[in-house]
Amino acid sequence: MTTMDKKAEDLRVVGTRPVRPDGADKVTGRARFGDDIHLNNMLHGKMLRSPHAHAVIKSIDTSKAEAMPGVRAVICGKDFPVIEHKMVAQGEAGLADMRDISDNCMAKDKVLYDGHAVAAVAADNPHVAEEAVKLIEVEYELLPPLMNVRASMADDAPQVHEHSFPGAFIAPTEAHIANASRIHMANGDIEKGFAEADHIVEREFNTETYHQGYIESHITTVDWDSNDNLTLWTSTQGQFEIRDNLADVLEIPIGNVKVIPMEVGGAFGGKDRIYLDPVAALLSKKAAQPVKMAMRRDEVIRATGPSPGAHIKVKMGVKADGTIIAADYHLAYEAGAYAGGPIFLGVVSSTSRYNIPNLQVNGFDVIVNKPKTRPYRAPGAPQALFAVEQVIDELASLIDMDPVDFRIKNLTRSGDILLPGFPLAPLDTEALLQSVKAHPHYTAPLEGENRGRGVSYTMWFNLGAITSARLSVNPDGTVHMSSSNPDMSGTRMTLAMQAAEALGIDVAEFSANVPDSDSIGFAMPTVGSRTTYSTGIVVIEAAAEVLAEMSKRAAMIWEVEPDSVSVADGVFSSGDKSITFKELAHRMLDTGGPITVHKTGSPQSFIPAVAAHIVDVEVDVETGKVEILRYTAFQDVGKAVHPDYVEGQIQGSVVQGIGMALNEEYFYDDEGRLKNASLLDYRMPTSLDVPMIEAVILESPNPAHPYGVRGCGEISIIPPASALANAIHDAVGVRMDSMPMSPHKVCAAINNKS
Amino acid sequence: MIRVHIPAPMRGYCEGKDVVEANGDNIRQLILALDCSYPGMKDALMDQDLLKPDVAIAVDGHITPLGLLQGLSEVSEVSFFPAIGGG
Repeated sequence: MTTMDKKAEDLRVVGTRPVRPDGADKVTGRARFGDDIHLNNMLHGKMLRSPHAHAVIKSIDTSKAEAMPGVRAVICGKDFPVIEHKMVAQGEAGLADMRDISDNCMAKDKVLYDGHAVAAVAADNPHVAEEAVKLIEVEYELLPPLMNVRASMADDAPQVHEHSFPGAFIAPTEAHIANASRIHMANGDIEKGFAEADHIVEREFNTETYHQGYIESHITTVDWDSNDNLTLWTSTQGQFEIRDNLADVLEIPIGNVKVIPMEVGGAFGGKDRIYLDPVAALLSKKAAQPVKMAMRRDEVIRATGPSPGAHIKVKMGVKADGTIIAADYHLAYEAGAYAGGPIFLGVVSSTSRYNIPNLQVNGFDVIVNKPKTRPYRAPGAPQALFAVEQVIDELASLIDMDPVDFRIKNLTRSGDILLPGFPLAPLDTEALLQSVKAHPHYTAPLEGENRGRGVSYTMWFNLGAITSARLSVNPDGTVHMSSSNPDMSGTRMTLAMQAAEALGIDVAEFSANVPDSDSIGFAMPTVGSRTTYSTGIVVIEAAAEVLAEMSKRAAMIWEVEPDSVSVADGVFSSGDKSITFKELAHRMLDTGGPITVHKTGSPQSFIPAVAAHIVDVEVDVETGKVEILRYTAFQDVGKAVHPDYVEGQIQGSVVQGIGMALNEEYFYDDEGRLKNASLLDYRMPTSLDVPMIEAVILESPNPAHPYGVRGCGEISIIPPASALANAIHDAVGVRMDSMPMSPHKVCAAINNKS
Repeated sequence: MIRVHIPAPMRGYCEGKDVVEANGDNIRQLILALDCSYPGMKDALMDQDLLKPDVAIAVDGHITPLGLLQGLSEVSEVSFFPAIGGG
């Protein structure tokens, strides 16, 4: 096959800014989301949720609910199949026990967090279902809740699970720790390293639980038909993950489940796991009617996966010449009610961007009585960076070195061995930080009282993993593209642009969709900054096969050898003969029939990307409010397929990073009940809270992709918290050891200093 | 000989070494060879005849989707580490 690699200067479609085809439908309400499904005889399901954070279920009486007119089905935990321990690789989410996933959808013997589902009702309309739920009587025996990692890891802490697996990470946990699994990674000689240091900084940090905050809640509609085939319409990042999890939990064949992915109204990592789906399925089976279930906002916040709170200890040593000689990190992350949070990603992201010869990281995945954590845009990284990048800033200050120069001196560069034991793939890490230094923002005067500037630098990785796509040439020369990954950020366009580039035709000739799980090959979900990069490679490979087949057709028409046919910019040539893509497509049916290529691949993982942010703030020392004056985000994206989309990804990531940095947190009372499960009380940033965010795109090509593309969807959520913390220190001289840095904490820090 | 980078949690099996050497035409054979020299390696990486689902493998710097079936050359470099993801 002809190589499909192209240099940046040869790209014709990639790098342009076509108008987004799904934009108008989304803003006018024509696009079909999960809540737009209305089926004949469809019932509405509602859930009863636990008001307790930790309790044994002594009994459940559903008789009054079942007797209510209009109620068609009631289920509780005993209606689920009994799942034995079954460890399944969940791709981006690591390893999971299907029994835990089932229990998280509906509690069986114990409730493990405020909001844990206990029973469900399907009725003729949602109002009847809500009233019927109130008639279900549950008797609980309360247990003490464990609400943070230190409480859960205490020597005298009760064990939350009797069955939880210890030592989830390659080797057995070295010592028993209550409710926790441990990962330990190290290089060099940590004691020797600290002995050689001229300065050592040691600090401790805490971060709180926060949520992805997608606007569309979890919504699913399930029809379990009389042949035991299930059809689901749902809002998800991965139709195959939902299909496979559902089949495992309900113990039915995968072939009986079809998942139709709807438009996604925000996900950010939080929609790749089943919640309502098996509940609606069992209700549908029992009632013999389709059932729709939709979470209210308070259910989303109480019972779907947030990002973990954490307790982090950082110790770093530096030599007088600016070399970081040793680092020792302790990262304890909440897993939520079941094991398996993003601790390994926290470990990797805390270490990968600096080349530290003597390094030790102890990571702990800790069970607490909160909802099971789920990935949230660069999961596990913002917490680690909040801690480490503040200490980096402090070390630079101690040796009187410019903070960006300090980072450049200690950079991980291509070929350096990363902590997991393999080399960093090609990436110009220094170019990014040099661009920070050269940008006018970095040296702009910052006048006025209580104003400060902070920087932060991070590295993150793209997932490759299994993915699928199909290209079908139509007789009029248009092309239909199907891709296996739900479109959360415009990927139908970015994939079509790559296919158009490869085929040498205009992207306006494309239509694109994301088919159901029966209608395209398997793929891992839309996660890990992977779709434009990973599925893009598969789309380009499919385009190469389309061109090869069309070349054969041209050779047939011209009665020449196929090898004599060349193709460039959508024109096939052999000698003095030529024919355009469109003209050849017209001949498709009389030269051998339709041309359709389905391609599956598994592109490389661990493709690196880097980002650095500069932020200016003004701190109100009376109220503790932090106002952001200016924000510039630098990100290396390899090659920006659609620069508008890339800027949107960067800006959206920064805004979410600002939210977790300054405002967002779960407030639990002493009994473990969540007190702010609404968007009034769970304070996400609005347009009034953030200034214009300048996005600076750098393009250091990724050699693993034909056009040099790197994923861009996650990384810029990582630096804001640490950049803001460093800016606050520059403004008022206090180190913030707790995230979010809400006004009362900033005030307390200022008062403690004085 | 194939160079194998040993993650910290597994160094207890191989006298604390962070890099060891072994032979094998594919990852399965390599793990079995490692287990002969350093007993316990197989149980750390495999569940009966399958690679544990939380283990990722890089060969010459590239994560392989082939697991135990990934072919190796005499000069390959292999790393074992926990599987990764994103959001």
